[in-house]
Amino acid sequence: MTLFGDPTVWLPIAFAGLMGLSILIYVVLDGFDLGVGVLFPLAEADEQERMIGSIGPFWDANETWLVMAVGLLLVAFPVAHGQILTAFYLPVAVMLIGLILRGVAFEFRAKGPSAHKAAWNRAFFAGSLMASLAQGFMLGLYVLGLEITSWTLAFATLTALCLTAGYAFIGATWLVMKCAGQLQRKAFAWARTGLVGAMAGLAAVSVATPLASPDVAARWFSFPDALLLAPLPLTSGMVLTGLWVALRALPEMPAAALDRLDWAPFAGAAALFTLGFAGFAYSFFPWVIPGRLTIFDAASAPESLIIILVGACVVLPVIVAYSILAFTVFRGKAETLRYD
Amino acid sequence: MDALLLSRIQFGANISFHILFPTITIALGWLLLFFKLRFNATGDTRWMDAYRFWVKVFALSFGLGVVSGVTMSFQFGTNWPGFMETVGNIAGPLLAYEILTAFFLEAGFLGIMLFGFSRVPGWLHTSATFLVAFGTTLSAFWIIVLNSWMHTPAGFEMRDGVAHATDWLAIVFNPSLPYRLSHTLLASGLTVAFLVAGVSALRLLMGDRTAAPRLALKVGVYMGAALIPLQIFMGDLHGLNTLEHQPQKIAAMEGNWETRANVPLVLFALPDEAARENRYELSIPNMASIILKHDATGVVPGLNDFVAEDGTRLHPPVAPVFWSFRVMIGTGVAMLVASFAAGFVIWRRGVDALPRFALVGLAAMSVSGWVATLAGWYTTEIGRQPWLVTGVLSTKQAVADVPAPMVAGSLALYFAIYAALLAAYIGAIIHMARKTSKADGVVMVAEPTRGVALPLAIPAE
Ligand code: HDD
Ligand code: HEM
Ligand code: HEM
Repeated sequence: MTLFGDPTVWLPIAFAGLMGLSILIYVVLDGFDLGVGVLFPLAEADEQERMIGSIGPFWDANETWLVMAVGLLLVAFPVAHGQILTAFYLPVAVMLIGLILRGVAFEFRAKGPSAHKAAWNRAFFAGSLMASLAQGFMLGLYVLGLEITSWTLAFATLTALCLTAGYAFIGATWLVMKCAGQLQRKAFAWARTGLVGAMAGLAAVSVATPLASPDVAARWFSFPDALLLAPLPLTSGMVLTGLWVALRALPEMPAAALDRLDWAPFAGAAALFTLGFAGFAYSFFPWVIPGRLTIFDAASAPESLIIILVGACVVLPVIVAYSILAFTVFRGKAETLRYD
Repeated sequence: MDALLLSRIQFGANISFHILFPTITIALGWLLLFFKLRFNATGDTRWMDAYRFWVKVFALSFGLGVVSGVTMSFQFGTNWPGFMETVGNIAGPLLAYEILTAFFLEAGFLGIMLFGFSRVPGWLHTSATFLVAFGTTLSAFWIIVLNSWMHTPAGFEMRDGVAHATDWLAIVFNPSLPYRLSHTLLASGLTVAFLVAGVSALRLLMGDRTAAPRLALKVGVYMGAALIPLQIFMGDLHGLNTLEHQPQKIAAMEGNWETRANVPLVLFALPDEAARENRYELSIPNMASIILKHDATGVVPGLNDFVAEDGTRLHPPVAPVFWSFRVMIGTGVAMLVASFAAGFVIWRRGVDALPRFALVGLAAMSVSGWVATLAGWYTTEIGRQPWLVTGVLSTKQAVADVPAPMVAGSLALYFAIYAALLAAYIGAIIHMARKTSKADGVVMVAEPTRGVALPLAIPAE
């Protein structure tokens, strides 16, 4: 298989691409699920049913992208998988426990005795919060190269809060799209607050990354590399401004116009996450652990990777197709979930 | 305690918790499809009532299966990095195919199956049910391929201490796969059969007068009675296959210390590894030789053959393997007796002829599938020790360099959560059973001695 040149070069790149794509899809899709969970206690009981209804049919498939991302890390870069997950032992445990609580609360709050519902609602919130915080914490540590000092921990705490705000933000824009009336109005307000947190997070990571890594700094601020990067902050700025305006203008519109544009904030949020992720990928390529391990050193044997790649190329389009089917079946404003 | 032991306990606890739910969803998906197809064919609302009740149990089990499964996929890296570093080239593609072909399929269509009934055309809902059932089975296939390969590795070569695939067909269809896969799928069928029969019996005991649980009880009991003979037959074949590839495991299961002819079948004993003998042995002469070699004078390998010159033990710990094997067999025999007896009464005289003690017995056996499944897996997995991958990688070599207190901390947390979730799960099923028993449905009017009851629809509340 030398069709495209040396497989030990292009295979790791292809897998890094696939993994990056999975992480991005996960962050956008489960990001809104977790965000809805973080916002949960702010809503009234009947609104909570609709919030659950807006993510109920999707969260499981959304979480599968996390399994996919970790799976790809595991199969394509086993050495990195071992090192990253061993270094993140505690935050990963917190995240998993959070995801467990969040996932089971969905079921138990509806199927258990109604006396326990309030407790499961709290578990739903707590689980979503734990998972978001843990993911943001890992993001911060990762950016700084997995080192543990009091300063990296402080920074990781900051990113934990910012990512949680970011999730709450994309969750709120999801609710804007999936809900109407009073809840939608509340969601607009949540989105406006969340946007501030998300912006703070973007800023924090953008300042800290070049400071922590001279390598990244060189890539950002030296000519001509800087030219390649320039579109990212520019587009991000435009999207941010657009969101800022839209979140204030849309709620004032007449209902019919609003119904036609209710998807816009979510699309903007997803674009923002994508841009942030692209900057991230641009800065760290080809490192899988910043400053320590590149994707080329960490990759598995080419024979095994080819087998997976062939499968992925066949199956991924199918997955995308039926995911679109599911989103189409449950399009429109969300209702309380029913089995019949 | 050291990190190795703690990691093993943590992994064992996690996967034991995980398997409880897939073992239900794998077969329950197919049973739901059966209910749906019967409803489509007959228009009889009892099938739809049964579907509506069991689809909720399915959703609940699936949710728990997913969250514990996500935990599993991280565990490979956090606790067993040596595993992937050595056999990652083989385990990797298998796990990747499970994710790509199975996990997305199940998760993608689950929403439509659960909440899409009134949103999509009937054929699409039926297809979604089919695809979810198919996905769970596919998921079991891939993971059992990997697990079987760990027991009977094939189709690879070692280069610089790392396994490289040479023949994927040989890897996928490794020697123990057919037996392990069919035995596991049948186990899932039995678990669901007894769960459905047991919960339906519970509903009758709670005074449910509707027809749906009567129908489900019958389906469950018949399904159990049909599957258990197959399971015993497959189990026997599975054992013969293990004798060929992992004789030390069979020796531990049988509690046989010396390689010899005319080996008795040990019914009860306390295996003593220090003295290397069984205490308080109760056995049937020649029976083990007959089962394993189909000949009373057949020679059966003994544990003492698997001790190195320097005294290092190369066989698994005997007592846990010996005992979990007996728990599985005992449960299997109990299933045989229960399903045949109840099935006979139902066949001759109908569900309502079952005496109260039979209903109580069936209700108590709701979780017998779990007991047998866990016991079977303990036999299999502990029986593989001290190897993680037979002859390739020992468990000791694979453990992570995580400080023991950290593992202890996460382990304690997982235990607490799992215990709470298990209680909540069982509580929720009983709650649903009670609630449905008091709600609407199709009520029996006549009580015929044999055959179908006359359904009479009453309006929903
Ligand atoms: C409902 C569950 C159930 C029941 C009733 C039985 N089994 Fe089983 N058994 C399993 C569920 C199971 C299992 C959980 O599915 C295992 C674990 C690994 C495997 O392949 O299947 C297993 C493993 C397992 C093994 C270990 C094979 C190995 O890994 O080397 C043997 C020899 C048997 N079984 C044999 C039997 C026999 C002779 C049975 C007759 C009563 C029996 N099983 C009943
Ligand atoms: C689902 C049913 C299963 C159960 C209940 C189960 C149970 C166990 C137990 C109790 C151990 C510990 C043995 C010991 O340390 O003495 C173990 C080991 C192990 N099993 Fe399984 N197992 C199951 C299936 C699988 C599958 C499908 C795989 C892989 C694909 C797997 C991979 C492993 C690994 C990597 C270990 C090594 C860790 C260890 O020794 O503790 N298991 N399993
Ligand atoms: C004999 C052992 C196993 C069987 C039969 C099995 C089967 C299944 C099935 C049928 C599901 C679908 C969810 C459900 O129905 O509850 C599932 C979920 C899952 N399993 Fe397992 N599994 C086993 C062991 C493992 C192991 C060892 C891993 C870790 C590598 C694992 C990882 C997962 C994951 C990540 C999910 C979630 C999938 C999703 O997001 O949809 N499983 N498993």
